[in-house]
Amino acid sequence: MENTQHFLTGYYRDSVALMQLSSKLAAQEGIASASAQMATAANLELLVNAGLLDQVVPARPNDLLLVIRASTAEHGQAAFEFAKKTLDEKPSGGGPEKPEPPRSVEMALSAHPESNLVLISTPGEFAAAEALKALKQGLNVMIFSDNVSGAQEVMLKTYARDHELLVMGPDCGTSLIGGVPLAFANVVAAGAIGVVGASGTGIQQVTCLVDALGEGISHAIGTGGHDLSEEVGGITMLSALDLLAHDNNTEVIVLLSKPPARSVALKIIAAAKLVPKKVVICFLGAVEQLDGSNLSYARTLEEAAMLAVGLLRPSRKLSLTGRLVREKNQLDPHRTKGFVRGLYTGGTFCYEAQILLQSALGEVYSNIPTKGVKKLPDLWTSVGHTILDLGDDVFTRGKPHPMIDPSTRNERLLKEALDPQTGLIFFDLVLGYGAHEDPAAGLVEVIRQARESAHKGGRRLEFVGFICGTTKDPQGFEKQASTLRGAGVILAQSNAHAAEMVQYLVTGRLL
Amino acid sequence: MNNFLTSKTQVINIGLASFSPPIRSHGGTSVDLEWRPPAEGNSASGLALAQLMSDGKINAANQVALERYQAAQPILVGVGVAREELKGLGPRMLLHSGPPIAWENMCGPQKGAVLGAIVFEGWASTLLEAESLVAHGEVKLDACNHHSAVGPMAGIISPSMPVWIIENTTHGNRSYCNMNEGLGKVLRFGANGPEVIERLVWMREVLGPTVKSILQHLGPVALGPLIAQALHMGDEVHNRNAAASGLFFKKLTLAGLEILAKLDARKLKDTLAFIAANDHFFLNLSMAACKVMLEAADGVENSTMVTVMARNGVDFGIQISGLKGRWFTAPAPFVEGLFFSGYSQLDAARDLGDSAITETAGVGGFSMAASPAIVQFVGGTPADALANTRRMLQITLGQNSAFTLPALNFGGCPAGIDVRKVVDSSILPVINTGIAHKLAGIGQIGAGITHAPLSCFVKAVEALALKGVN
Repeated sequence: MENTQHFLTGYYRDSVALMQLSSKLAAQEGIASASAQMATAANLELLVNAGLLDQVVPARPNDLLLVIRASTAEHGQAAFEFAKKTLDEKPSGGGPEKPEPPRSVEMALSAHPESNLVLISTPGEFAAAEALKALKQGLNVMIFSDNVSGAQEVMLKTYARDHELLVMGPDCGTSLIGGVPLAFANVVAAGAIGVVGASGTGIQQVTCLVDALGEGISHAIGTGGHDLSEEVGGITMLSALDLLAHDNNTEVIVLLSKPPARSVALKIIAAAKLVPKKVVICFLGAVEQLDGSNLSYARTLEEAAMLAVGLLRPSRKLSLTGRLVREKNQLDPHRTKGFVRGLYTGGTFCYEAQILLQSALGEVYSNIPTKGVKKLPDLWTSVGHTILDLGDDVFTRGKPHPMIDPSTRNERLLKEALDPQTGLIFFDLVLGYGAHEDPAAGLVEVIRQARESAHKGGRRLEFVGFICGTTKDPQGFEKQASTLRGAGVILAQSNAHAAEMVQYLVTGRLL
Repeated sequence: MNNFLTSKTQVINIGLASFSPPIRSHGGTSVDLEWRPPAEGNSASGLALAQLMSDGKINAANQVALERYQAAQPILVGVGVAREELKGLGPRMLLHSGPPIAWENMCGPQKGAVLGAIVFEGWASTLLEAESLVAHGEVKLDACNHHSAVGPMAGIISPSMPVWIIENTTHGNRSYCNMNEGLGKVLRFGANGPEVIERLVWMREVLGPTVKSILQHLGPVALGPLIAQALHMGDEVHNRNAAASGLFFKKLTLAGLEILAKLDARKLKDTLAFIAANDHFFLNLSMAACKVMLEAADGVENSTMVTVMARNGVDFGIQISGLKGRWFTAPAPFVEGLFFSGYSQLDAARDLGDSAITETAGVGGFSMAASPAIVQFVGGTPADALANTRRMLQITLGQNSAFTLPALNFGGCPAGIDVRKVVDSSILPVINTGIAHKLAGIGQIGAGITHAPLSCFVKAVEALALKGVN
């Protein structure tokens, strides 16, 4: 028998607690008997009487005395360690209670240690700090907020890259990770096409069209709109590309961007070339391409979706060619007089429309002009052919984004209708989580008013629109579509399709 | 390789709560933060804080500081005279509570106490004369905390006052506190009439020497276990000290009777009667014990652990271990609580005294769960008391297993305030405290609960960020 005694300082415990500890100790393997007591004179005497102590030792009433009688020294030591651990143990709660709501990432993580992503939609000035705290605790980040400085974006993304983490955003409107929609996302089928996009609406358009073509999405990773700038250098797109390259559920990868910085576009294409999967690249407005057997280039978002589906299912014969030839009987180009006005809620759609229409229409104006398009001098008054991104900060100041609150676009639409030069208005209608619950209903009401005011002026207005959404979206694709059709809107399948129709209606020429 | 894509998406959502339901309905999880901009909405300070969060060096330094605090053993070794024990206490110097403050800026009760102490020391014979002395700078004033000392409320320690001597036998440092005068018209609330001065003289001539003799016979008294026991008896050893005072009284009484022959029986009886009549007698020992434990944790480079919280009725000041000796201050808050008949919030002084050292050490408001009686001051319930203690777990580095709380399933009290966690969560340290009348000499008019002001913690974070982590 090994008999050991340990005096522990700084462990005052109630006698009931110590009786519990004694009985737990005695139940340990190889322990014949054990006692945990405050070493008062009275307790020491009891221990001697109980035969646990050979003789009375000097009392140390403020110290805890452990007496352990074990079959071997190892068992004795193990029991001692157990006692120490039990004494130092944290509490497991004190009965029924309402948990403290987490106030910080640190608190939330300690209550939910399995967390792997922090989604940030605070005012922009606070977003970088929250993101940094998350990254430092090993969490991936999606920053929906905008107004984060370029320097902060680079700081966050560099940290993330060095620690094998992902920063989606800032200004990242959409992601879809393993079927889980983050922020403004559509409900799309699961599948084998992975998307990385420096464009929220671009991702929405491609994922919705893939869904409409009967295929699905593995993951759609938003990088934020500035990722492919010179300053940021595509850090997130490169990381996301690498993740999808290694992802077993992803067979074909689509890379999307609003007009990127040239050097960054080339860097990403070079990285894509090394990926052992088919990669479709749709960098709007970028002309340079590197050849690669696994690379395909798409001029439009719609084409990107179609190429991806085609690469995944080579047996499917998909083509956009000739679409308008088949449809042109229903379109009457001679009815459209005057200029076109594009009123977009999605910035990428606005870029894409400018790129598709500028050569056919000649002089085009925009608040976010791409190469060859003119800056609209007064953003509140359209001139000639004007294509606007109404989600731009200048239009939304103090108001929610027009995808959420359509009033900005509705007002502008009525204003365009009053302009005797306006002949055609075209627009996007974005569905999905985060978007307005029934955007078509309000829009057709405004379209009716617009037609009426044009009619009074002896004019006729044409409306062309398309819905970015799926049949599974909460707003219901069919319901939205029939509402628009009921108001005489010519409905396209995509933004590119809408642009083709606009061009045909105005010029009588096919793209 | 980041396994983000192959894991279940488990989100912490900061900002728009409407993002959470779709995540949940598609197989992910989402926790909404009850978020507010950290650092009082100063985004630059918020970013500086983010740089300090999860820092390995800071975390390691905090571990060292916390372990030093936990290893400290506060032992009452005796009673001495302030001028002989306190380093740097000049012959014509008075110590006061809170961060340093000039005479003209002091609050009413502290001014009253300064004047009373000058008369008590015999440097002036009238209060008017005393005022002229101090106004002309002929009496030096300094913070108790600059001399390893603490004082409740006005916190005046004058050279001839008897002081408790507490030694941390683990690290060898000592701390000091004056002796508690009881309730009613007392110096610590700014009273300075003849009966106050008379009592102080009696404490100097009788109470101090008698307790000193008893302690010499009794030997060192370990205060840690005594506090631990009191926490199981309904005290939180800041605003409620009934059990601890009783336990301490038991020790003194028997030892006093054992040396009755050496003492004046009348003086012993008066001493014991004085202690027995004061349920707050132990407060000054509790404070000094907390001080000695926290001073052991002070001066650990890079540590963000708070080592002092103290108020002078004008400013609330804190110190942190990694920036030893520097004060970070903000206007002292008012106290929410109950008032004695005839008084109201309008009569109240701002938060006052060094006694928030107890909260800094994890007892007081932090151990409110041990003392549900206290929450009645703010109309609370035992559940609120427990919630307060649990909330403090969110801003502390750990738990002190020497001070266990029954309501936490005998887990240790929240200990070691991390200035980063305070600024990040905006959860403010909760303080149980008495309320002084704003005018000198009226005394205590109530008791209640208050919170340390956020901006002193923000300033500390800013200073740390500026200094950088080494």
